[in-house]
Amino acid sequence: MPAVLYAAGFQAGRDAHPMTVGTGFAARIMEPVATTFFFYLLSGLAVLGGVLVITRKNAVHSALALILTLLALAGLYLMLYAPFVAGVQIILYAGGIMVLFLFVIMLVNLEHSEKEDQFNHQWVAGVLAAAALSGLFLATYVTGRALFPQRVLQLPEQSNTQSVAVLLYGNYMFSFEIASLLLLVAIIGAVVMAKKRI
Amino acid sequence: MLDAIKAYLVSGSRTPGEAGSISASLVWTFVYILLIFLGLSVAVIAMNWLERKILAHMQVRLGPMRVGPHGLLQPIADALKLLIKEDITPTAADRWVFWMAPLFVVITAFTVFIVVPFGPTHAVTDMNIGVLFMLGVSSLSVLGVVMAGWASNSHYPLMGALRSSAQMVSYEIAMGLAVVSAVLMTSLNPTGTGTLSMIGIVQAQEAQHVWFVFKFFPLGLIAFFIFAVAMVAETNRAPFDLPEAESELTAGFHTEYSGFRWSLFFLAEYSAMIAVSSIAVTLWLGGWLRPFSDWLSGDTWDLVFSLIPGLTFLFLAGMCFYSTRRMPKHPSFRIQTAGLAGFGLTLAVIGLLLFVPPVRDRVQDIFWFTAKVAGFMYLYIWYRGTFPRYRFDQLMSVGWKVLLPIGIGVLVLTAIAGVFL
Amino acid sequence: MTSIGTLHYLVVAAALFILGVIGVLTRRNVVIVLMSIELILNAVNLNLVAFSRLWGVHGQVFAIFVITDAAAEAAVGLGILIAFFRNKETVNLDEMDLMKW
Repeated sequence: MPAVLYAAGFQAGRDAHPMTVGTGFAARIMEPVATTFFFYLLSGLAVLGGVLVITRKNAVHSALALILTLLALAGLYLMLYAPFVAGVQIILYAGGIMVLFLFVIMLVNLEHSEKEDQFNHQWVAGVLAAAALSGLFLATYVTGRALFPQRVLQLPEQSNTQSVAVLLYGNYMFSFEIASLLLLVAIIGAVVMAKKRI
Repeated sequence: MLDAIKAYLVSGSRTPGEAGSISASLVWTFVYILLIFLGLSVAVIAMNWLERKILAHMQVRLGPMRVGPHGLLQPIADALKLLIKEDITPTAADRWVFWMAPLFVVITAFTVFIVVPFGPTHAVTDMNIGVLFMLGVSSLSVLGVVMAGWASNSHYPLMGALRSSAQMVSYEIAMGLAVVSAVLMTSLNPTGTGTLSMIGIVQAQEAQHVWFVFKFFPLGLIAFFIFAVAMVAETNRAPFDLPEAESELTAGFHTEYSGFRWSLFFLAEYSAMIAVSSIAVTLWLGGWLRPFSDWLSGDTWDLVFSLIPGLTFLFLAGMCFYSTRRMPKHPSFRIQTAGLAGFGLTLAVIGLLLFVPPVRDRVQDIFWFTAKVAGFMYLYIWYRGTFPRYRFDQLMSVGWKVLLPIGIGVLVLTAIAGVFL
Repeated sequence: MTSIGTLHYLVVAAALFILGVIGVLTRRNVVIVLMSIELILNAVNLNLVAFSRLWGVHGQVFAIFVITDAAAEAAVGLGILIAFFRNKETVNLDEMDLMKW
C-alpha cells in the first residue's frame, strides 16, 4: 500500500535520496513497492464496483458497490502521488455524498420497485451508444499515445497539500469563491425542494 | 527477521526501522499493528470494568464485586457470555448488509490508529495527510451505522440509525473546524510551514514551546472545547446518546444484533472513543510531551518526571494491597484475596521495572500519551454519570446553531491572531 | 507485467465512464441513474489526476472542484427526487412523464 511508501521513507532515513520529497521531518522517499499488484487490485475493485452499481436490483446494494468504487479510486489517487485528493475523496464522496444517497434511498425505498423490470425498453440503444463511445475512446488512445511525455514530473520541494493550496488560493481564488457560492445555492435549493410547505 | 531484532537490541536507535532494510521496516509495521490490536483489546476490557465501577461509585453504590476480587474478572465473564450467545439473524433482514455492518464499523474504528503517534517515531506510519486521513475514516463510520439500521429491517433500528447518523454528520463539521484551527496554529512555527501530519503537529507544539490548548489564550481553549464536545457527540456517548438510549429506542441501531456481532459494535464504540481522544491529545494537549517541559526544564526535572510512570504503578499496587487487607477474613474469600494480592504484586513488579534506566527512557513518551488519553476516558465516564440526556432536536440545534458558528469564529480569530501576533 | 504508465489509468477511467453511461441510459430507478452519474464524474476525476502526474498540480485542483460540484449536484438532484416522490409515489423513470405531450 502507498502507506508503506511513506513508512519506508519515514523509517529509512532522511538524507539525500534521488527520490526524496519534502524537507525536515516531512521527508519521504517515493520508491515504488509492488505497484503493479496494487494497481490491478484497486482498478479491478473499482470496475467490479462499477458493474455492481449498474446491475443490482436493490438500490442499497448499488450504493454500497459505489462506496467500494470510491474507496478503490482513493487508493488509485494515492498511487498517483495525490494524497490530498485521496483524502478529500474519502471525506466528501464516501463519507458525505454516499450518506446522503443512503438516506434518500431509505426514504424512498419501495418494496415493489425491486420486483419490476430493472432495465428500460431502450436498453439496446443504450448499450449500442456506449459501445460506439468505447470505440471512440479506443481510437483516441491508440492514435494519441505518442503525445504523452515519457517521464513523469519531478515532484517539487513542498508537500502535495502545500502545492494544491498555493494554486487553490492563488491562481484559482475566484473559482474557489464561486464554488463556495455554488454550495450555498445548492444547500438552499435542496432545503426548499425537500420541504413539505414552502 | 531475527537479525533485525538483534540489530535493534544492540544498537542505540530509538526506532526499530532505523536498524534494518525496507523489508525489516515492513515487518516492524506489522509488529506495531499487532501491538495496537493487543493494546486496544486490553484497553477496551479495562474500560468496561472502569466504566461500571466509576459510574457505580459516582452513584454511591459498589458496582460489580462478585466475579473476581472487586469485580476485576467481570469483563472477562461478559466477553465469554457474548461469545457463547446464540447468533440471531432476523429472517427479513438483508443478510449481506447485516453481516457487513459491524465489520465496517470495527474496521473504521481501528483504522484511525494507523496515524496516531505514541511517540516521535512510535506510529504505524506518519502520513503527510494524517489529519485528513483521520477525518475521512471517522466519517466512514457513519456508513456502518446506516447499514446496520437499514439491514435490520425493523422500526427501532431504522429510526435509531437515522438519528445517530444525522447526529454524527452534524458534529463532524464542528470537529473539522476545530481541527483546522489547530492545524492553522502549526504554521506559526519558526520554519513557517504548517503540516497535516500528526507527528508534525506535536513537533510543532514542541518547537513553539506551548501546547495548542494554551496558545492565543482563549482561542486554543475554545477550539479544544469544541472538539471535546463534538467528539462526545460523534461517538454517541452521554449526554448525546439518545440514539442508543434504552428507555427511548430499545438500543437503537444495534437492537437486532446479538452475541458476537453486538460485541463488535461495543468494541467499535470504545475504540472510537479512544481514537478521538488520541486525536484530541495529539492536536491540543501536546501528544507525548511531558507537562511543564518549558517552565520546569533541565536534567533534574527530567529525572523527576521520568520517575512518574514507575510511581504510578507502585501507587496502583499500593491500592491493591490496601484492598487486600480490607477483604473479609472468611475462608470462602481466600482465593479472591490471593488473586488480588497477586494482581498487586504484578503491578508492583511492573512499577519497579519502570525505574530501571533503559526501560525508563523508552517508556516516557508512551506513558504520557496514555496517561492523557486515560484522563479523557475518565471524562467520558464522568459525563455519563453527571449530565442528563439531550433531546434530539436540542442535540441538532446545539451542533448546527452553537458549535458551528463558534467554530467558524475561532478559526477566523486564530487566523487573525496568527498574522498579527 | 510492464510498468504502470498513464495509459493504464486512462483505460480504467474509460471503463468506469462507459459503465456510468450504460447505467444512465438503461436503468429505470432514478437513484441508480444518479449514482451512475457519480460514476461518470469519478471517471473524469481519475483522468484529471492521472494527467496531473505529467503536467502539474493543476489537475488535482480541478479534481477537487469536480468533487465539490458533484456534491452540490447530488444534493439538488436528490431534493428534486424527494419532491417528485411526494407527489407521485414512484422512483421509476418511465413514469416520470408529467411534461410529455
